[in-house]
Amino acid sequence: MPILANENTRVIVQGITGREASAFTKDMMDYGTQVVAGVTPGKKGQSVYGVPVYDTVRQAMRQHSAEVSIISVPPALVKGAAQEAIENEIKLIVIVSERVPRRDTIEILEMADEKKARIIGPNTLGLISPGHIKLGMAGGPVDDLVKAYKPGEVGIASRSGGMTTEVANLLTNNGIGQSTCVGIGGDPVVGSNFIDLIPLFDKDPDTRAVVLFSEPGGVIEERLADYVMENKIKLPIVAFIAGKFVDEMPGVRFGHAATIVEGDRGSARGKISRLREAGIHVADSFSDISRILKDYL
Amino acid sequence: MRLLEYEAKSILTQYGIKTPKGTLLSRNEDPADINYGPCVIKSQVPIGGRKKQRGVLDSDEEPELDRQIQSVFETEIQGYRPAMVLIEEKVEVANEFFMAVTYDTVKKRPVAIFSSEGGIDIEELAQKEPEKICREHFTFRDGLAEYKARQIIADTGISDKLLLGVGSVLSKLATIFIEKDATIAEINPLVLTRENELIALDCHLDIDDDALFRHKDLAGLQKDGSRYEFLHSQTDFERKAAEIDNLDHRGVAGRVIEFDGNLGLIIGGGGASLTAFDAIRAHGGKPANYCEIGGNPSVKKVKELTRHILSKPGVEQIAVIMNVVSNTRVDLVARGIIKGILEAGEKPSETVAVFRVPGAWEEEGIKILKKYGVRYCDRKVSIDQAAQMAVSQG
Repeated sequence: MPILANENTRVIVQGITGREASAFTKDMMDYGTQVVAGVTPGKKGQSVYGVPVYDTVRQAMRQHSAEVSIISVPPALVKGAAQEAIENEIKLIVIVSERVPRRDTIEILEMADEKKARIIGPNTLGLISPGHIKLGMAGGPVDDLVKAYKPGEVGIASRSGGMTTEVANLLTNNGIGQSTCVGIGGDPVVGSNFIDLIPLFDKDPDTRAVVLFSEPGGVIEERLADYVMENKIKLPIVAFIAGKFVDEMPGVRFGHAATIVEGDRGSARGKISRLREAGIHVADSFSDISRILKDYL
Repeated sequence: MRLLEYEAKSILTQYGIKTPKGTLLSRNEDPADINYGPCVIKSQVPIGGRKKQRGVLDSDEEPELDRQIQSVFETEIQGYRPAMVLIEEKVEVANEFFMAVTYDTVKKRPVAIFSSEGGIDIEELAQKEPEKICREHFTFRDGLAEYKARQIIADTGISDKLLLGVGSVLSKLATIFIEKDATIAEINPLVLTRENELIALDCHLDIDDDALFRHKDLAGLQKDGSRYEFLHSQTDFERKAAEIDNLDHRGVAGRVIEFDGNLGLIIGGGGASLTAFDAIRAHGGKPANYCEIGGNPSVKKVKELTRHILSKPGVEQIAVIMNVVSNTRVDLVARGIIKGILEAGEKPSETVAVFRVPGAWEEEGIKILKKYGVRYCDRKVSIDQAAQMAVSQG
């Protein structure tokens, strides 16, 4: 069973007339996602692959009503777009945009908390529940997507968008399907991090194990280890931490904004030992992920 | 972007937080006509821990001053050399405190941190005596009101007039954190002088690079290359690679970091590069470089990057490894690699240790690779298996 959204979920896209957004709108619809409307201020009356465009979220909601919005607008406009979605009762917001100021991310989360909305991202490719729904760019066009993803019982949460698909591909190659695969976003602060998602996977009767793709930097893995111990989480978790060599290069920022080791803080080594103490499996090599999973399926 | 101490202190002053009297001296400027008593000479480089690295010196005697200033100017700290030193009046310290405002990235809230023990390394104190550090989360909507600041300060046992004073400074620091889009705003130490004044002796402000578009003045600082010297910024190899990435705006073929091995790497994107680099090393390979490609880079960029990596002495082979791509075209990457190798006068079949880029336009890519007899693998081969192939080949 998918977490977060399913085939009945109705979706709007804010910034739909942008090049990237219109491309992933088509890909989403090809996969069966119900994209009911798009919003770009000043472009009411246009359509993108048959999806009607409105000036405001309110207009779009009056005509269609939706539960999810995907935001793909320039970084300076993200906060306003998210606020508009939250005020109009959207309950799940996927922020694809990169380079959003950290203060804006936190302010969005403050507003979302009040209205009980959930944020995925910023700086995420989105999420896929194979066979049910695709939100955002994750997995690319359907022809490519179906080669990597197949329905099944393993959840994926990843700090890297591209590696979400790579993990799914590894599992699919080994005959293991996926329930829901979430790119959580590459920023230091994201709306839904590992600690937010694990309880959802844990509650889902059809998710039997979860794979976490992680990188050095930050302390979310360390806190996740605490969380798993304190809450006695039984759901099998297999983590993989890429970039072990980053430990040797403190202060250098890699790939994602969050991937930086500061002093001893955030090292791959430290994360691996904390996760193992909490009973979380840490795969030494990438291929080990599927080998470890097979014991639990 | 980390501000220099004097830049950070000028912001404190604007918000009504006192700093020591001081003079900024640039290289080659004559300090002769300035009348100094006991003072502190501080290297203006954007890193912490300067005192331990001889970047901050106490000066009590006039005759020594010139020599000490010269010494601070010449002292290189972790690859940085100052363009300016700050000379500050020495303050008679009665008491020291630590205060900071930053993000709790797990709770996703800004947090104010206070300790009645200042002047120390807060990370060390947090490990040894965590009870001496008090924290208070707050929201952007409400800011950190003075009463909230006082709440945590009072928890450390401070009361009386001092509580009001320190509370006011912490509340102002939180305002700076919010209004300047800081990711760290720290005063360490804040001191109480013998004259009962509260003065910020040192200040660390980190500004969110992604928010500089709404801070024109600070954005200007970021572009100003004369604020300090960074001696180890890039090797020539890395600089040339950055120029290649700037050839056009199509995709990324950059973030090249030089290593001393012999296996050239063209890898991407972010997470996959980290995975591939680890895997190459785990299988005993010695990378000549790290890099990240993605976002559908032009054939030209990939070609130039290939030639560039092959031009590095000792590099005879290149491993090309990416995650399953959806927005990068496999055929364009393949074309760029082959062209680069041919232009370097080498044979693609011998030079590519492995080509593992599955995804969009892969059939077209494979056609090109087959034509040149290049060893490739598809999505059935995982990133670490591909790394193993590349290493066993070499």
